[in-house]
Amino acid sequence: MGLDAKVPGGPIAKKWARHQFELKLINAANKRKYTILVVGTGLAGASAAASLSELGYKVKAFCIHDSPRRAHSIAAQGGINAAKSYPNDGDSVHRLFYDTIKGGDYRSREANVYRLAELSVRIIDHCVAQGVPFAREYGGLLDNRSFGGAQVSRTFYARGQTGQQLLIGAYGALMKEVNRGGVEMLPRREMLELVVIDGKARGIVCRNLITGKLESHAADAVVLATGGYGNAFYLSTNAKACNVTSIWRAHRKGAFLANPCYTQIHPTCIPVLGNYQSKLTLMSESLRNDGRIWVPKKAGDGRPPQEIPEEDRDYYLERKYPSFGNLVPRDVASRNAKNICDAGHGVGPTGMAVHLDFRDAIERLGKKRIAARYGNLFDMYRKIVDEDPYETPMMIYPAVHYTMGGLWVDYNLMSNLPGLHVLGEANFSDHGANRLGASALMQGLADGYFVIPYTIGHYLATTPMEKADASHPAFRAAEQEVRGRLGRLLSLRGGRTVDSFHRELGLLLWNNCGMARSKKSLEDALRRIPALREEFWGNAVVLGDGESFNQALEKAGRVADFLEFSELLVRDALHREESCGGHFREEHQTEEGEAKRDDAHFCYVAAWECAGPDKAPVLHKEPLEFEAVHLSQRSYK
Amino acid sequence: MSKTINLTLKVWRQKDALSPGRLETYEARDIDTDMSFLEMLDSVNEELQQKGQEPIAFDHDCHEGICGSCGAMVNGQAHGPVREMTLCQLHMRHFQDGDTLVVEPWRARAFPIIKDLVVDRSAFDRIIGAGGYVSVRAGSAPEAHSVPVRKIDADKAFEAAICIGCGACVAACPNASAMLFVSAKVSHLALLPQGQPERQRRVLDMVSQMDREKFGNCTNHYECEAACPKGIQVANIARMNRDFLSAALTEEEGKGGRIV
Repeated sequence: MGLDAKVPGGPIAKKWARHQFELKLINAANKRKYTILVVGTGLAGASAAASLSELGYKVKAFCIHDSPRRAHSIAAQGGINAAKSYPNDGDSVHRLFYDTIKGGDYRSREANVYRLAELSVRIIDHCVAQGVPFAREYGGLLDNRSFGGAQVSRTFYARGQTGQQLLIGAYGALMKEVNRGGVEMLPRREMLELVVIDGKARGIVCRNLITGKLESHAADAVVLATGGYGNAFYLSTNAKACNVTSIWRAHRKGAFLANPCYTQIHPTCIPVLGNYQSKLTLMSESLRNDGRIWVPKKAGDGRPPQEIPEEDRDYYLERKYPSFGNLVPRDVASRNAKNICDAGHGVGPTGMAVHLDFRDAIERLGKKRIAARYGNLFDMYRKIVDEDPYETPMMIYPAVHYTMGGLWVDYNLMSNLPGLHVLGEANFSDHGANRLGASALMQGLADGYFVIPYTIGHYLATTPMEKADASHPAFRAAEQEVRGRLGRLLSLRGGRTVDSFHRELGLLLWNNCGMARSKKSLEDALRRIPALREEFWGNAVVLGDGESFNQALEKAGRVADFLEFSELLVRDALHREESCGGHFREEHQTEEGEAKRDDAHFCYVAAWECAGPDKAPVLHKEPLEFEAVHLSQRSYK
Repeated sequence: MSKTINLTLKVWRQKDALSPGRLETYEARDIDTDMSFLEMLDSVNEELQQKGQEPIAFDHDCHEGICGSCGAMVNGQAHGPVREMTLCQLHMRHFQDGDTLVVEPWRARAFPIIKDLVVDRSAFDRIIGAGGYVSVRAGSAPEAHSVPVRKIDADKAFEAAICIGCGACVAACPNASAMLFVSAKVSHLALLPQGQPERQRRVLDMVSQMDREKFGNCTNHYECEAACPKGIQVANIARMNRDFLSAALTEEEGKGGRIV
């Protein structure tokens, strides 16, 4: 099956405008005849559900939490990029586009990224109109800061909780439509199967997490906005409910999964403290604006950081990358932290941490201004680590944070499975092999507010569909499948908790497919994951019943899917015999230890098709063609 | 420095909304003081499951104090004894070896119990649905800089907008009033120029929805402010009361209850 990305013709700057005109429309009075399911209500899902309802479609929105306001988008700290060019420092739509393509190490689709940069400015307008309290200057206008991988200040922010404020804006828009009757909101629901009729996505089966009842919902199109799969690694900065289940179920039903090996390991997280830890905490990348990263020059220097004089400190990012310094992209910063710790210069009780030091910034700007910029982050650090970052340099270490891979989508954000649309982190589209800071919020909102409202109408207007409601036999069959899977999970009465399997899987992925991967480590993982999965299905313990609120059952289903999905993640990493962005293969590096791409052989999107249980997945390639930017080795020196 | 402590937990167990609940006693052994309260519960749950007993149900997600999912009464205090801290950020170093901790769900008529420590806070969503937003359609916004906002107003709006909707204010209030929650949203939007066109209608509709959800009235105990993990101030309630009064006397359109 060929992959048609449906990228419109013409020069890159005109493609979206041209496409908007070419897309078929549905008359306003007819839109209410169509039902659209939106699964997931974070930034992408909430903004999509609200916008589609504003247009007149009947929308049903599903979320796994008790309220759409809990989605993990809320935890995004640093900011949202937009090519407003308010600071007069040389930014433009083209530069944001270029930085994002380069930051992604030339593994994203040009046309999508250009559209993202173009739409970025409208997002800021819309969010300001919603009452999002972005940081402002005394003149009453919006403030900007800079972020990794860019030399301009284009990041809009609301102290260290930009994601929260943007999500509350999108949540408000969603609740406005719920109140008006355009959206039916179904909280505490988990999608457990996608229903395909006549080759098209026509509905879902979900579990009501309070009553345990399975519910079938039929529709004319399905939108998945269910986030990323970083929790495959168990320890990550993702919230605990983040999972791969919905996209994995869609994959099993025919949707291709693209580039699963592109996982982002974020450089500035609070290091692992103990083996009881349930998750890791991010310290916003924005801290790298004012904080300086260093380690002692002497390996094993045991002195407290304040007592280590300037000449005994190695500000290794500033030394190696003078033009970007501490603001190199995330993949570069993470890899350097790993290398310097592996060489014995790491600090803290485990030696797996580097310092992020605000001493100089506090001297330059005063404690008050630093507190105004990062107060809530400093508080969070103090609460967890029990040290005051105004006095003692922070300790940070990389942790799994974001997944660039996801379901394959075309320019219209539709997967190869007609009718299934995928938004936000759940799709693979815009960030290539590495996402730049402050770009996730931008993508989620661009997809939801400004792309899907245009493209889904075209699909509905041009696709003849038979009538199908939830009484269709395909729904009975899907329910039966789900019931069987839940029954198998509930029959597990072995000796190991589900969490202990998840921890083991996570550690295996972290060690064998983390910041650095090799053929050897990946082949080892491919041997061990099936064995672990087999043990899970024989020896896990899942208590309680299926007819009530049962968090143990929910968790078991998600871990079971991670155990299947991880194998594909590792297989993708093994097949990609190059290094690019967050995917660093030890066999492929430059003399200076930077990622070495192989454009001759790997300049494509790897989209995997599920060939059936226990069969090897089939690889499809979407070649990446670059017209507007010149492929080159990334340099941040 | 971290050490380990032993605790006795008395945890509210309740199968579902209709079943009676009771406090069950569990021993939490060898708890690392660097653990968060939720990680401590995880470790108790691991042990329970290994013994074939159902784990304690509790809502949680981000573990960073921002999603608002978690929350429980710990010895009668919402989110436990430390000010401006959610349960997930509360670390065990704040407790002593040998302590007994009574852990209960939020208690309020408007927050029915779903299971153990999990409650139904959907009333908050309905209050937001009644008007906690600016009615702007995607695509219709003017250029962001067309409306300057005084920094002091933007900052104050931000201070109100950081509410995480956890429900601690309701749980802490002897009347189970939601005034702090509602007033935070009313204030956030009342302080910004973008919120002005719907300012009167918003406060009337949100307050009337709050009343329909059977939250109690505010009698100025200020327990809500003391319990709020985000430090939201009762000054917001005063602002909402002023707005409500003036709106009730002058508002011409809209729906919901009115004092006339």
